Amino acid sequence: MKNTIAERIQDFLKQFPPFDSLTKEELLLISGKIKVLYAEKGEYIFQQGGPCHDEFYIVREGAVGLYRGFDTDQSLIDICDAGDLFGLRIMIIKKKYRMSAKADEESIIYAIPAQVFEPLIEKNKEVNKFLLGTFAAHARNNFTETEKGQRIDNTISIEAAKDLSSLRRVSYRKKPVTCSLDDTIQHIAIKMTDKKISCIVIVNNDKHPVGIITDRDLRAKIATGLYAVTSLVGQIMVFPVVTYSKDMTVAEAQIALIKHDISHLCITKNGTQNSKLIGILSEHDLLVSFGNNPSVLIKETKRIRSLHRLRYIRKQVEKLLKLYLEQDIPTKHIIHLISEINEALIIRIIELSLKEMPAAPPVNFCFMVLGSQGRREQLLLTDQDNAIVFEDVEEEDYKATQSYFLELADKITKGLHVIGFEYCPAEMMASNPRWCMSLSKWETQFRDWVITPTEEGTLLSSIFFDFQYVYGTAAMTDRLSEIVFEGVNKSNRFLALLGVSTLQKPSPLGFFKQFLIEQNGEHKDTFDIKTRAMMVLIDAARILILYYNISGVNNTLLRYDKLAEIEPRNAALFESCSKAFRILIKFRTRQGLLHHDSGKFIKLNELSKNDKLKLKRCFRPIRDIQELLRVRFQLKNFM
Amino acid sequence: MQFWTKKNKEEYPDFWKEYIKLFDKKNQNKSLDTARFIAFDTETTGFDYTEDRILSIGGITIINKSIDVSDQLEVYLEQDVFKEQTVPIHGIRRDNNFGKISERMALELFINYIGDAILVAHYAEFDRKMIDKALKRNGLGVLKNAFLDTSILYKKTKHLVYYNDYQNIQYSLDDLCMDLKISKSDRHTAAGDAFITAMAFLKILARLNKSKKIELPYLFKIK
Repeated sequence: MKNTIAERIQDFLKQFPPFDSLTKEELLLISGKIKVLYAEKGEYIFQQGGPCHDEFYIVREGAVGLYRGFDTDQSLIDICDAGDLFGLRIMIIKKKYRMSAKADEESIIYAIPAQVFEPLIEKNKEVNKFLLGTFAAHARNNFTETEKGQRIDNTISIEAAKDLSSLRRVSYRKKPVTCSLDDTIQHIAIKMTDKKISCIVIVNNDKHPVGIITDRDLRAKIATGLYAVTSLVGQIMVFPVVTYSKDMTVAEAQIALIKHDISHLCITKNGTQNSKLIGILSEHDLLVSFGNNPSVLIKETKRIRSLHRLRYIRKQVEKLLKLYLEQDIPTKHIIHLISEINEALIIRIIELSLKEMPAAPPVNFCFMVLGSQGRREQLLLTDQDNAIVFEDVEEEDYKATQSYFLELADKITKGLHVIGFEYCPAEMMASNPRWCMSLSKWETQFRDWVITPTEEGTLLSSIFFDFQYVYGTAAMTDRLSEIVFEGVNKSNRFLALLGVSTLQKPSPLGFFKQFLIEQNGEHKDTFDIKTRAMMVLIDAARILILYYNISGVNNTLLRYDKLAEIEPRNAALFESCSKAFRILIKFRTRQGLLHHDSGKFIKLNELSKNDKLKLKRCFRPIRDIQELLRVRFQLKNFM
Repeated sequence: MQFWTKKNKEEYPDFWKEYIKLFDKKNQNKSLDTARFIAFDTETTGFDYTEDRILSIGGITIINKSIDVSDQLEVYLEQDVFKEQTVPIHGIRRDNNFGKISERMALELFINYIGDAILVAHYAEFDRKMIDKALKRNGLGVLKNAFLDTSILYKKTKHLVYYNDYQNIQYSLDDLCMDLKISKSDRHTAAGDAFITAMAFLKILARLNKSKKIELPYLFKIK
């Protein structure tokens, strides 16, 4: 008998692991037994502490968040999108749920009866591995009752849960090395060296942790001569210590480390400082076990051989980004982490592209990224802007050398495209002969931009002044920086022109203090947050930092920090610019994640009143910094 | 009234007697969470109640906001009436072999399947009349189930302010799919449309029940 609905469900399931390793008959059997659930936004599919359901779940459409904790003290563990499994507890241990699953938006969910699925698991090793891996990834912490206090730790995500060893039992270190308040520093240093540990916890008579000393403290406070080795530990220890209970999740631990900017957490019996120390959790322990960790992602990136896997990593990064935004981790940290991963991805693609080339590069070269990547403040996948500089060669070899690097650049830009970086519409990419040149030609180009600036040239060149060396010979980009500063010192005209182009950016607010929205085209009725707000802040920071001849500070936030240092009288303005920029970048990222685009255009009617006010508040520093530029560079004469 | 089709109760086949019996008890305590809904759809040779015939029936069960794929019906009917022009719509050719069964057999399966469930369909009036006509042709009575129509329920999800504007508009199942973001694969198969109707029903119900206060009788009052 024909079963149209089961066939349709089968079509969906077979796209995703572990179902992709099942036969059509097996899939149809499962599909025919599925229940299709509908969940409204905010509705629970199951709740922490509730009895285990007889089925596990796969998201058909929408998004389901997995949370630990209750009410206001809820922390997000993971977000499941279409094709993600959750509620696998039934397949492993038939006990109460250790987390809650809540629809983050209106969702359709398929519930798969455990009973139907169990026989298939026994038959199919791949399926079994995958389920265990996914379960562990979500469990990511728990001392499950049945495991006698041993920890099923998280896992995976990188190896796509296909590795059973990911179920290894790692945990915090039990029986940590401790000392008491009246030990001397020398004594504990000897102890730490003996035991080959990098950190020691100071406990009181009740074994409650009161402070912590790490290698870092010994270096900063003893080796520098600030304190004598005969001092007591109490003088240099860091306190109070950050304590948690043993059932915190890996995600929670990681976030705690980032929030407090520390490398060790003390695990105590009831999670407070006033209870017995039972273990210590170091950042390193976490990195090893935490698949979704940026460092691990970077490490993994370095080993990957296929673009397909790299794209997977980039998708993981997007998930990480969502999680971080939800957890309100400082924007600076987020920007830093995401840039690091992006850079690792680019480097890996260059390495892979080089391998594909028929021969090694004829001369040294340098691959640099420009624009937002160059400033290392790219959170979402936006356009790729990049360029290649290669060493000077004899005139007769120039064509051949350039075409080698053009071919290489072509592979690189294609690779970047595959993992999700859009091609630059203005062709500002290394695969364009204009942006793939020898060092001396680049020098000429830069001199031309700086010394005899034209308005049009300035627009173009401003992207090039935020460049960041990524791969190859770093000295070449340094040379280009020097030229920029030489030029700036010779003539103020260049800075003035940069300033003019900044002031020409359309203002964010119109006459009646309304948002200026796009009047036509594809983005009609949206607000262009990038051009109208962020670019002004970016450009202003760049001009001022060039004005002060400071090289090596490419990041907009760092630039404002630096400027506040140099000009204390304007520190308040620079700080508010920095703050505004952080808010704007967060806005843009949220929008981008929501609509799966670059987040450049914001639909005003989707913003709450509160969000609109927040945005408007960011515009004041924009106006002020424009005024500062106008006065400083006497731009009236140029406009 | 074609009184000669009315038979003595005793002459009805057993399955029909069982079916009728289900409706004897008055005021069954059904609530929104416990009631069994069946979303269903028929594909026909056309829109004429007397001339056209049912080619297939698809139905799927919804209980407590959950669609149970294992509790469904999908039947294809042998019919002498055949219209070339509707083939592109439903895709059922005369010689297609979906394991076709007689109309009588299909109706028995359908009646046994639905029991006293509340039937949900898009433009429910049409499907109801088509089934009723078929039942009469086979010497049976008419459907006794309560009906809900997604095309009517949907209008109620719109804001009261616009209510009058929406009154005169007919919303096709395609319109609903668009607005409620339902994937439209398998449009124009009875089972596929039943499944889509079920999804639409759940989404509409959530929109009507934002306050979490509505009860089953309310749904039948929506006009």
